[in-house]
Parts: sequence; C-alpha cells; structure tokens
Amino acid sequence: MATSMMPNALDLLRFLPEVILAFFAIAIMLWESSYDDHGTRPGMPTLALIGLALAAVASMIAGDNPGSAFHDMLVVDSFATFFRLLVLGVGALTVLTASPFLRKLNAEGGEFYSLLLLSILGQSLMAASNELIMVFIGLEISSISSYVLAGYLRDDKRSNESALKYFLLGSFATGFFLYGIAWIFGLTGATNFTRIAAVLGNPDIAPDLVFTSIAAALILVGLCFKISAFPFQSWAPDVYQGAPTPVSAFLSAAPKAAAFAILLRIFFIAFEPLSDRWLPLLGAVALLTMIVGNFAALWQTDIKRLLGYSAIANAGYILVAVAAHSSLGVSAVLFYLAAYSLMNAGAFAVLSMRPETAIEDYNGLAARQPATAALMTVFVASLIGLPLTAGFFGKFYIFKSAIDAELYWLAALGLLSSAVAAFYYVRILVAMYMKPVAADAPALEAPAASLQAVLWLSAAATIGFGVFPGWLLDWATRSSALLR
Amino acid sequence: MFLLLAILIPVLGFFACMTLFRRNSSTAFTAALAASGTTLLAALALIPAVAQNPTRLSQAIDINWIPYPPIHFSIGADGLSLWLIAATALLTLIAVLSSAKRDASFLAWLLLLEAGIIGVFSAQDLFLFYVFFELTLVPCLFLMGRYGKDSGRATSTGATVRFFIYTFAGSVLMLAAIVYLFLKSGTFDFQNIMAQMAAGSFRLSPAEQMPLFLAFFLAFAVKTPLFPFHAWQADAYATAPSPLGIMMAGLMGKLGTYGLLRFCLPLFPNAARDCAGWIDALAIIAILYGALVAIVQPNLKRLLAFSSLSHLGFIVLGVFSFHQNGLDGAAYQMVCHAITTGALFLLAGYLEDRKSSSEIASFGGVATSAPWLATAFLIAALASSGLPALNNFVGEFLILQGVAFTGFPAAAAAAVGVILSAVYLLWSYQRIFLGPKPEAATADLSGTETLAVAPLLLLMIVMGVWSGGFLPLQSAVNSKILQQTKMNVEFRVETPAPTPNPEARNGN
Repeated sequence: MATSMMPNALDLLRFLPEVILAFFAIAIMLWESSYDDHGTRPGMPTLALIGLALAAVASMIAGDNPGSAFHDMLVVDSFATFFRLLVLGVGALTVLTASPFLRKLNAEGGEFYSLLLLSILGQSLMAASNELIMVFIGLEISSISSYVLAGYLRDDKRSNESALKYFLLGSFATGFFLYGIAWIFGLTGATNFTRIAAVLGNPDIAPDLVFTSIAAALILVGLCFKISAFPFQSWAPDVYQGAPTPVSAFLSAAPKAAAFAILLRIFFIAFEPLSDRWLPLLGAVALLTMIVGNFAALWQTDIKRLLGYSAIANAGYILVAVAAHSSLGVSAVLFYLAAYSLMNAGAFAVLSMRPETAIEDYNGLAARQPATAALMTVFVASLIGLPLTAGFFGKFYIFKSAIDAELYWLAALGLLSSAVAAFYYVRILVAMYMKPVAADAPALEAPAASLQAVLWLSAAATIGFGVFPGWLLDWATRSSALLR
Repeated sequence: MFLLLAILIPVLGFFACMTLFRRNSSTAFTAALAASGTTLLAALALIPAVAQNPTRLSQAIDINWIPYPPIHFSIGADGLSLWLIAATALLTLIAVLSSAKRDASFLAWLLLLEAGIIGVFSAQDLFLFYVFFELTLVPCLFLMGRYGKDSGRATSTGATVRFFIYTFAGSVLMLAAIVYLFLKSGTFDFQNIMAQMAAGSFRLSPAEQMPLFLAFFLAFAVKTPLFPFHAWQADAYATAPSPLGIMMAGLMGKLGTYGLLRFCLPLFPNAARDCAGWIDALAIIAILYGALVAIVQPNLKRLLAFSSLSHLGFIVLGVFSFHQNGLDGAAYQMVCHAITTGALFLLAGYLEDRKSSSEIASFGGVATSAPWLATAFLIAALASSGLPALNNFVGEFLILQGVAFTGFPAAAAAAVGVILSAVYLLWSYQRIFLGPKPEAATADLSGTETLAVAPLLLLMIVMGVWSGGFLPLQSAVNSKILQQTKMNVEFRVETPAPTPNPEARNGN
C-alpha cells in the first residue's frame, strides 16, 4: 500500500503546469535578488512569459494524456485543459500590460510577477481539481496572491483600500466556502465530486435534503462572491477601480474564469442530483446580477469603475448559460469566458496607458491617438455585443442555450439588459470620437511595444472569433463534456 | 455574382478609404465614387435575371459560414428586394457625390453603410439578416456622432446616442425570436423555413407566433420608425450630416418596412392578422400626427423627418392591409419614398450649405436667384405630396385602394394625410423660395449638384408614368407573400374531450 502512495510519472505529467509555474515564481524572486542595483533588473517579465509558455505547453501535453492524478484528487480532462490555457493566456496578456505600466511608475519588482504566477497556479489547480479540498487549496493560493496584487502599489491609498476590501470580503467568502465543504464532508463522508454525487443520488443513503441544501448554499455563497454575482457583487467595482489597472484586468478575468470552472464542476457533478433545487436559484441570481451590474454602471463616471460593473453584468450573462444546465450551455460559458477575457484585457490595456480614469479624460482620444481609439472601439463594440465581434457570438451562444433550455424570460430580460448596457458602453465611444479634447489635457505617450502587442492581439482575436467563431466554439464544445 | 459584388465592393471601398487613402481625401473621394458607381452598375446588372422570374431568388449565393449552429452567408435578390437594392446603390452614389469636401473616413463609413443596407435587403439567412441589420448602426453612429451638427436644442451627440440605443434595444429581442425559430425549425434559412411551413412539417401555434411577431415587429417599428417609437427620428435627421440624411431618411426606414413585409407577414401570419387592427391604428396616428407636426416645424430637416414619419405610416398601413393592392402599393412606395425623400434631403442639404442653417425662416425669395434649385425642390415636393403622374401617387393610391377594400374608415383617415402633406410641403416651398427678393443672392445648382439631383427627378417622373416597368416584379413576390400568409392559418377540428369512465372517477 505504501508504494502506491508514491506519485507515478503520469501523475507528475498531469501536474506539470503547476510545477512549472511554481518553479518560475521562485526563479523570478531569486533572479531579482541576484541584482544589486535597484534600477536595472531586466528579464523578469521575460522569465514570467517563458514560464507561462512552458506551462501552456505542459497543459497541452497533459491534455493529451487525460485522466486523474494523485488518487483522483486532480482530473486532467479537456475541460481542465481549456481553463488552464485560458488563465495562462490571461496571465500572459497581464504580464505584457503590466510591464510597461509598472516601469512607468518605477515599481517593477520580481514579487509582482511571482505573485501573478502563483495566482495563476492556484487557478490552474482549481480548474483541474476533482475534489473539494483541492478546490480549496487552489482557491486559497489564487486568492491570497490576488489580494497582494491588488495592493501592489503600496504608496497608493486606493490600491491599499482595494486590497483591504478584497482581502476582508474575500476571506469571509472563503470561510463560507470552507464551512460548506465541512458540511458536505460531514453529510456524505466524501470530498470527491463523483463520490458526493453517488451519495446524494442514492435515496437509501442520501442525507436529509435540508442539510444538503444548506451545505450547497454555503458553497454557492462562496462561489458567488468569487464570480461577483448578486448579492455578493459590491466589492468588485471598488477593487477593480483601486487596483493597478493591469491587475484589474487580471482579476476580472482569470480568478473569475477559475471560479466558474469549479462552479460548473461542483454543481454539475457533485450536486447534480439536486439540480432541480439549485437551478431556479441560479437563474434568479443570473437575472439579478445582470440587472444590478448593467443599471449600476449607467451612473458611473470612472471608466475603471464602469468596467467593474460591466464585469458584474458579464458574470450575470455567463450565469444564464450555467442556468441553462446543458452541455450547450457549458460550451457557451467557455466561449464567453474566452471572448470576455480577450476584450476585457484589451479594454483594460488601453486604460493602463495613463493614470487618469474619468470618462472625460478620454474626450477626443480619436484625434490624438486614432489607432488606440480604433482598437478601444473594437473592444467596446465586442462588450456591447455588436455583430462580427467575439462578444456578439458569446452572447448569442449564451442566450441560444437559454432559449434551448426554455428559459424564455431569462433570455428576453437578459437581452434587454444587454441593450441597457449599450448605453454606458456607447458613452466611451462618444467621449473618444465625439467630444473635443480638453484644453489642459496632459500629453500622451505612445504605447509601449508590449502594450501594442496586447492591443493588436486581443483586437485581432476579438474580430477573428467574431467573424469565424467556429474554431473556438469547437474547442469549447469538445471541452464541455461535463454532463454525461 | 453581381449581388455579391454589390456588397463586397463597398466593403473593399471602406477598407481602402480607411487605410490606403486615409490621408488623401481627394483620392478617397475618387475611390468612393468609383466604388459606389460600380456598385450601382452591379445592382442594375441584377435586373435581367430577376425580371425573368421575379419570385425566384436570383444571384443566390450560399456559403457555409459557421458550422454549428449552421449559419450560412446566403444572399439573393427577388422582385421585392431588387428595386430597393438599386435605390440603395443610387442614393449612395448621390450621397458620395455630394460629399466631395468630406474626409476619407466619412466616405468610408458611407460605403460601409451601403454594404450593410444592401446586405439587409438581400440576406436570406435570418441570422445574417440580423447581422446586417445591426451592422448598419455602426456607420451611422460614427457619421452622426463625428460629423453631425447641433440643430437648435438637439445636440448631435445626444441624437446619436438616442438613435443608437433605440434601434439597438429594439432589435435585441428579434435575435431571441430568430434563435427560437432556429430551435424549432432546425435552420436559419428563410426559404427553408417557408418551405417547411408550406409542407406542414413546421408550424407555429398562434400562441407561439404572438411573442415572436412582437419581437420582430418591435425591431422593425423602431427602425421605420412607427408611432410611438419615433422619438429618436427628428433629432437624428436634423443633426445628421446631409449625405447621411439622404441615406437614413431614404433607406434606413425601409429596412423596417421591408422586414415587416418580408418576414413578419409570412412567418407569423396569424399574429400579424390579429395585430393588424392596432397596427393600422398606430399607422394612421403616425400619418396624421407626423403631418400635423410637420406643418408647424420651423426647421426644414425636422419638417422632412416628420414628413417621413407620416409617409412611412402609409407603407405600414399598406403592409397590414393583407390585400394585393395594399402590399403592392407599400412595396412601390418604399422605393418611391426613398427617391423623393432622398431628393428632398439632398436639396435641403444644398440649402443648408448656402445659408449654413436649415431654419425655414432664414430663407425667402430664393427662387429669384436660384430658379433651378427652386424647380427641383418643387418637383420633389409635389412628388412627395402625391401629385398624379409623379411616383408617390402610384404607391399611395394603391395603398389607399388596398386599405379601402379591407376597412374603408382607415383609408378615409389616411387620405387626410395626403392632403396635409400637400399643405406642409407647399407651404414650406412658399416660405423658402417665394416672397420678396432677398439682398444676398443664393447660388443656383452647380454642375455637380445638378448631376446629383437630376436622376432622382427623372426617376420621379418615370416611376410616376411608367409604373408598369417596376411594379410587376414586386407584385409577383407580394402575391406569393399573400399566399403564404394564408396557408399557415390553422384549422382546428374540435374533438370532444374523452369522457372519463364514470366508474373510474368515482374511484370504484
């Protein structure tokens, strides 16, 4: 028995992305300390990018050898691979955006990239975890690194406020989540998803429904916080507004994607036997999240805050597809998360070019930086959901899955709330194209090369997946074989 | 092939003007002129094939676009869309011709708008139709927002945002309805859905039809616009730059009425018939309200906006008359209204260029120094108010006839609108062109301006006296549509509910 506890080569292969990320996170810190001079410490973003690229290759190799690892604690399937690659991609875009941003503030330090890699490690672990304890470990690694990242600019009051708020509310939610895990273990004697489902689905040994419902509700509360769903959304705008802009881009995409991954895994596998209990609840949460996010965003004057509310509304859209409870819905979730990560990273990358964040500061941007304004237009058009953008097809697949599941009211109200959203997104376009430049507007610098890369890459992908969504949808569909 | 060219050339022109000729506006102008001219030729080249068999789709192209759900890039032209496509190409050429002083991106957006509108008129896949329908918003957003001029209380930004939000919000539910149709019928292809309906293998119950019809109707009613969804219209038309005004007033409204005729009627016949009563009422309100408000407008472009509201009310009334003449009149009037309103907006733009204002009060006695401008405006105004031997007369007469067959009071009420349109158009003519000779002379039509307006005036006369050259093609499609609205009406055989066994009911 003792020998079987040793991990074999396949186990390690399936865990390789996390190992690589941990290795590079440590290597960056060591690399930084090998330089005495504070000013010249090159190569850290490059190291981070190499780490992310190697981890992506490892994820793909692991994805080619699907199966479970470490006695069913991890499961590497196409679903996990999709999410691993997604968070790694978001990480790469974040590194490229953050490097010029931090350099301009003279704040580039190795710990930023280390923490980023560790956070991604946590998310990658969440995506591949097959049982609640692993989920919790991944969640904690991801969250704690994110808390520090939000407060990375330690001389900035807002950044501190953002980190503190994120930390306090986040730990609170993690507490709920952990308590839920404890309940589930107490009720079913298992932490493995399939084993929980086996117990809950067997009427002879299923525990009392009231207790299981409470346990599921506790877990749902924790997850709703992580995906900024109603009624646990209020932290998101404050945190995104205060955090350094590249971190906001990261926080609104990667941890959320990972949280959706485990939401799908826990509820579609472990709590599947109770689905007619939590589905109506999830539908209501989706609707309220969309409405709260979209309507609150109407009154925002700060673009970062506006995108924060937009992130809430987008979580609501994704929840609609979750509530559809079908493999079509799961693939819509994956498609939308990928599309959203792209357009969101692009939009935040534009914002990271300058410290001012009020909408008026973007008045007349088209006259000053036509290329940047045009790229921002692509991201905004995608967020609105205009045809021929990835965001449009994302919304289309989401609402299609909802109509397919006969959730007509949810689809109709969701679509209408996305029309409300057009109103605040258009304000960004109006400012850029239709308002004159303020006389005292500060001079603008040309965007750095790596930032240009992020902008053009995400814009090209946003339009590319908007004209030919087939490939991404195929991949999302192949990765969504969760409901069997 | 010609149809595909009519969409591709403007798109190529858009990219060329946006990138290659960005810095050089005169080259861009030449390129845009060439692109829109070629598009017009391509559109005209469609005529022979369509004329042979107007109900069949000519130049049909069907390319797989997205594998799942199966969305096709499927386009085609028939008798109904042919003249609308040709009118789009013509009006775009004229709009480009009158934008010689504009910069390259203005021309580029005009061309993209053309591609979008032609796409709407030729799309045969419902999803593609929606894509084109929404895409027309983007060029309008930039053209209005960047090049619009504030007009009185209306700021161009405010008008732009209102236009965008109204039309975007109006059409999102149509997407849901399209998805529903797909899930029930298994295809986005309109012809395929109609074939399934004809074969009886796909049927929408009246209870299903109603919400679907309303979702489509809302999108089209906002776009047209139909009372009470017209709040965006007057400000948008008044602040839009003149070349865009030509296209918006002349063509964008037709997207709505075309959609009603092409999709709403055959897809949801029961619901369309059930709703015809209140839609007719809305249309009559639009006709009378638009005309009455137009009378008191101090601004020429706003006057034309309300005049459009009134005239489009006629078209909607014709569509929902469910009578061959009414449908024919509506289809004919769509093209005629595009020509006349396009001409009126073009001339209003010329007047505005001369006085840098479109307030009617700032003009007076223009006819003495600019007789050709005055004559052109008079012809267009008379055509618009429905003078016999000019084009609008044919359309309005057929509509009123069709409506009279089905409900005489509605026709009588709508006919009042014809009288009112003569009042506001002739009165505005009088205030602008007649009266004492002003101190400052107004320049008459220049060579280019004459070139732009002449084909429209010519068409007004040709379409007025030779409707036989245009109408039969539309008429053939209309009779097919009318037939389709009948074939899906459900016959239900009432079967008595099976009486439960009395013993079983008693629990024995």
